[in-house]
Amino acid sequence: MSAHAIVEIRHLSCVLGGRTVLRDISLRVEEGETVVLLGRSGSGKTTLLKAVNGLTTPSAGEVWFEGRPAAQWDPIQLRRRMGYVIQDAGLFPHWTVAANVGLVPRLENWPPDRVAARVESLLEAVGLAPGEFRERYPRQLSGGQKQRVGIARALAADPPLLLLDEPFAALDPITRFELQRQFLHLRRTVRKTALFVTHDVREALMMASRVALLRDGALDLILTPEEFLAASTAEAKAFLASLEENWRQDERPPRI
Amino acid sequence: MNGRLASEIVSLSLEHLTLVAITLGIAMAAAIPGAVLLARRAAARRWVLGFANIAQTIPSLALFGFLLPLPWIGGIGKRTAVIALCLYALLPILRNTLTGILGVDAGVRESAVAMGMTRRQILWQVELPLAVPSIVAGLRIATVTTIGTATIAAFIGAGGLGVFIVRGIAMMDKPQILAGAVPAAAMALLADEALEWIERKLSPA
Repeated sequence: MSAHAIVEIRHLSCVLGGRTVLRDISLRVEEGETVVLLGRSGSGKTTLLKAVNGLTTPSAGEVWFEGRPAAQWDPIQLRRRMGYVIQDAGLFPHWTVAANVGLVPRLENWPPDRVAARVESLLEAVGLAPGEFRERYPRQLSGGQKQRVGIARALAADPPLLLLDEPFAALDPITRFELQRQFLHLRRTVRKTALFVTHDVREALMMASRVALLRDGALDLILTPEEFLAASTAEAKAFLASLEENWRQDERPPRI
Repeated sequence: MNGRLASEIVSLSLEHLTLVAITLGIAMAAAIPGAVLLARRAAARRWVLGFANIAQTIPSLALFGFLLPLPWIGGIGKRTAVIALCLYALLPILRNTLTGILGVDAGVRESAVAMGMTRRQILWQVELPLAVPSIVAGLRIATVTTIGTATIAAFIGAGGLGVFIVRGIAMMDKPQILAGAVPAAAMALLADEALEWIERKLSPA
């Protein structure tokens, strides 16, 4: 395995409001891989994601980004090198699609024509015709279209790392599947490193280079999707059982 | 006689408008930055809103009376009137600006931070633009209130359309009272309509 870690989390613990949300987590994300943080609600996966870009402050341990401790980064610069996508996209409602997508390049003082060209190519890349969508406002978009814009916005300044917090959780199953496939395709073409939070084991297995399973704020295990299918911890089995249950409801034989 | 009344209505209306404009200018200059500061300080917010709420409940005639004997801010004239009117205009603008800023969707704010916007950029590019419709709504309430309350300011010699009303009451002259009340009411209605229109224009459809 190439030893070039984009993110390295070292013995990270986090106490929020007297509650221990993360316990002694260590995790490396290598260049080009997608590590999926899988866990139930309250398992600490979102907190862990937010510790990476400094939205939450760990109480112990540290995060390294591109070979430097996060504490040595200017938090603003650090965040501009990490694309961020959340569940309901968090688009700025008073800005057009183009203004939303072009945000970080503008903050980084790109010349306007370069921003415009970048917005065009990103909208194409996420499957939105620029001519049709550039001037729309977020309220004029469907849930899936908003998420596409959110992903384009996160990619805009070509950050080395993408952070995604249940980006497809609020979508209908068909749109979700479409976006998952598109994201996989996009990842292959732009070769992005990503940390991806989900509670959906099926999505985790589909998107992940490696699955990091969180349980009560601790790292239960971290395995490739193939290995995960044979994992034996109680929490992994609980997630795999939910997968079987899904297939049974679909009246298809379990594949595991 | 009619010509003189008409010209007096015009000049007192202008005086009234000036009083209102100065009041709103000062109130906005204090309340909007105040709200920006209070938006991040929950404890201070409770105290300030509590104080502004109490100020709002003091009957205006009594407030003018209280202010009159005070050194420096008191005395007969426009200054005292403007100070009292500001106290009433502050609360709606302050409260609505706060509502607007605090009402910004949590996901939008989180994205702004996570995208690497500075606090100042978030304030100017995200929070304040999104709060504008709410701020205008507060300004509308403050404007209508101030136009009405300013008529009472004539009792402490501040001038404006209240002069007709004070004089009309003293002389038991109904037309005089109406000469003050009708233009003031018209002014309030017009301002209300105009600001409602602006508010609608600025709100996302």
